[in-house]
Amino acid sequence: MSDFLLLAFLFLVAGVAAVPIASRLGLGSVLGYLIAGIILSPMLAVLNVDVVSIQHFAEFGVVMMLFLVGLELEPKMLWAMRNRLLGLGGLQVGGTTALIAGVVWWFGADWRIALACGLILAMSSTAIVLQTLNEKGLMKGDGGQASFSVLLFQDIAVIPILALVPLLAMPGAHHGGGDEGHGASLSLVAGLSGWQTTLVTAGAIALVIAGGMFLTRPVFRYIAQARLREIFVATALMFVVGIALLMTLVGLSPALGTFLAGVVLANSEYRHELESDIDPFRGLLLGLFFMTVGAAIDFGLLFGDFAVIIGMTVGVMLAKALVLLIAARVFGLRGSEKFLFGLGLAQAGEFGFVLTSFAVANAVLPDDLAPRIMLVITLSMMLTPALFILYDRVIRPRYDREEPRDADEITEPGIAIVAGHGRFGGVVNRMLLAAGYETTVLDYSAAHLDMLRSFGVRGFYGDATRPDLLHAAGIDEAKLLIIAIDDKDQATELAHYVHHNHPHIHIIARARDRRHVYQLFAAGCRDIIRETFDSSVRAGRSAYEALGMHPFEAERLARAFVKEDRHALYELAQLWDPAVPDHINEPYRLKARELMTDADLRARGGAFRERSARGWVPPTEQDQAESSARDEAPEGP
Amino acid sequence: MSRVLHYAAHPGLSTSRINKAMVQQARAVSGITTLDLYEEYPRYDIDIEDEQQRLLEHDVIVLQFPLFWYSCPALVKEWLDLSWEHGFAYGHNGDKLAGKRLMLAITTGSPQDAYRPQGYQHHEIRQFLLPFEQTAHLCQMRFVTPYVLHGALHADPLAHAQGFARLLEALRDDRLDLDRAQELTILTHDTLPIVEV
Repeated sequence: MSDFLLLAFLFLVAGVAAVPIASRLGLGSVLGYLIAGIILSPMLAVLNVDVVSIQHFAEFGVVMMLFLVGLELEPKMLWAMRNRLLGLGGLQVGGTTALIAGVVWWFGADWRIALACGLILAMSSTAIVLQTLNEKGLMKGDGGQASFSVLLFQDIAVIPILALVPLLAMPGAHHGGGDEGHGASLSLVAGLSGWQTTLVTAGAIALVIAGGMFLTRPVFRYIAQARLREIFVATALMFVVGIALLMTLVGLSPALGTFLAGVVLANSEYRHELESDIDPFRGLLLGLFFMTVGAAIDFGLLFGDFAVIIGMTVGVMLAKALVLLIAARVFGLRGSEKFLFGLGLAQAGEFGFVLTSFAVANAVLPDDLAPRIMLVITLSMMLTPALFILYDRVIRPRYDREEPRDADEITEPGIAIVAGHGRFGGVVNRMLLAAGYETTVLDYSAAHLDMLRSFGVRGFYGDATRPDLLHAAGIDEAKLLIIAIDDKDQATELAHYVHHNHPHIHIIARARDRRHVYQLFAAGCRDIIRETFDSSVRAGRSAYEALGMHPFEAERLARAFVKEDRHALYELAQLWDPAVPDHINEPYRLKARELMTDADLRARGGAFRERSARGWVPPTEQDQAESSARDEAPEGP
Repeated sequence: MSRVLHYAAHPGLSTSRINKAMVQQARAVSGITTLDLYEEYPRYDIDIEDEQQRLLEHDVIVLQFPLFWYSCPALVKEWLDLSWEHGFAYGHNGDKLAGKRLMLAITTGSPQDAYRPQGYQHHEIRQFLLPFEQTAHLCQMRFVTPYVLHGALHADPLAHAQGFARLLEALRDDRLDLDRAQELTILTHDTLPIVEV
């Protein structure tokens, strides 16, 4: 127990200390984690910690990340990506493998070893690349999408590569079974013939898709009705872990399985809730993963053979960048996007670790080469943040200046978030949709959302007052937040939170009554709509008309009433103080009395009516007499 | 018989003397359509389809309003701008109003002698009404000499309002001599060229 606590504490301290510094210096969180890992490594060595086994555990963060990526990607978007996925991905994996294998072979290695090296080093790091792209907001651009296509293709390609590697075993040099990397000890497909394996595998994928489509919604609805946050989180984790397990059992990449499940759930109303629930786990695990990568650097080996290792690392990255840039050209990536793609994916990745140990176990790679490859992979991952910085500071500014940005660079149009889709929010949402605006609806009633879905309105389940859910719903990119939730205090809290943390967002808040207006005003909100005020005013205007008032006069009078009332409300809202009870708040009390006297005068003397009729009133007899005396144009036109 | 469409437009009808009396008299005339534009559209949300349908269904359009700053009140302009559309009233295929008659019935605050080159308005009243006259011509309509009351603040509401009612009846029964009217600059309650049967 104390071992576990010590270890957890060490990793947390290292991460907490290093990452904010790296972020502040503009190096990105990944580099911060990697450096934290390096700093930790002597301590871990003293404590005799098995860094590699921690790394295998932390790799689950990659699985979660792909689930999250899947959630962002609707099936039709995935289908639209198919050409790039196969073309770019195939070109990258095939080209890089061939190039690296060729070079290794040219140095005099056996062709089987050369090919294994090529395959291992062709893989890139999903963890680093996706984390960095997301962090920098580059994921939705052209280069980011292309990078993602390639990473996804690599995920798929790992499966046939794992099948291919044993065939490359050096004749005679038999290692004898051994540990198969970190493959599952359990398997559903062990001992089955080829077609049976295929059948089981296809069945598992079908199960994931069908489960995602038909099973998740009732389960989540059932859980949502319990309104227990941690059970919802547990359910989400259960799904992700379960899918990963199933995929491992049939020998598929767990990341691929959860990615598929994510895509299936991308249309679901629980998408944002799932995103915000899984995201912290993903972040922590990936951080741990990056730290283990840093901690796994074998400095003895590095300094013992410094020039060769560095040379190999730079060579691998140059080769990968070259292939990537060619592929980018073939697929028409332009300008800075081409370099984002070329530099971003130039490292080797965590799949390389898996493949290397797998290759060693299958007697494909000699024992002395494998640690060097591992080191090269690690170093190339370490260098990746530097390449992203190079891209950010040198390459992009140049292209930004040189060419006008493509129209499709605008990742998402100004989105409005509608919090609460009841009688009030529902109308607002309908109006926005009718005018062609994109909205994201959040509501905390699963039953209500079901009803909406049956009418074709897209809404997401979740408590809009939770910052993480707002984040998942895209508050960072949104232009507008409409607060239409029923609970007064929650609405005020939400307005306060968003006003202070996302000052760029325009907030339109629904107030339940006058006091709620004051509260929202104090929370920083300035676009406050009283929910029944407008309809009451219309009823008042109808009453004027029914009593024989000319409709246009009724309209003007109603407008004047609204103006006066809003003015009074505004005056009072400025004096109102949530911390001071009204009867003690002297300025508020005085102003309220003053405004009340005004209203009374109006009622008795009809001054209000007279004021609102200003305009179109002919000059009085007296006015006319005075102006003719001075020989001016008396009566106007 | 002609189908007469009468629009009254005064944003402050309750403070008006003449225009209110005119509306009251007009409402008593049978067989014509009389409407208060500010009552129809207190929120300016003019229904173009409805208005064009109304225009199609009538032969004589009478616009009654007080002259504000040498023009009509804002809602009349809004109504013109929206319902007298291109392709309907003018322009390509815009002949739906061709052959109809347009007539104004206006009141002015200034006395008649102000509307002379030597008067303080410096121009004849018809000069100020040219935009309406040209609107009618562009739409291939006949612009009928306007029915005018100068010095409306001091004038007798009843005589003018009763004259207006007789004018509307004459338009309805095709008894207004348009050619004789055309020789006059303005029509007043005591100069109406009505053909008695």
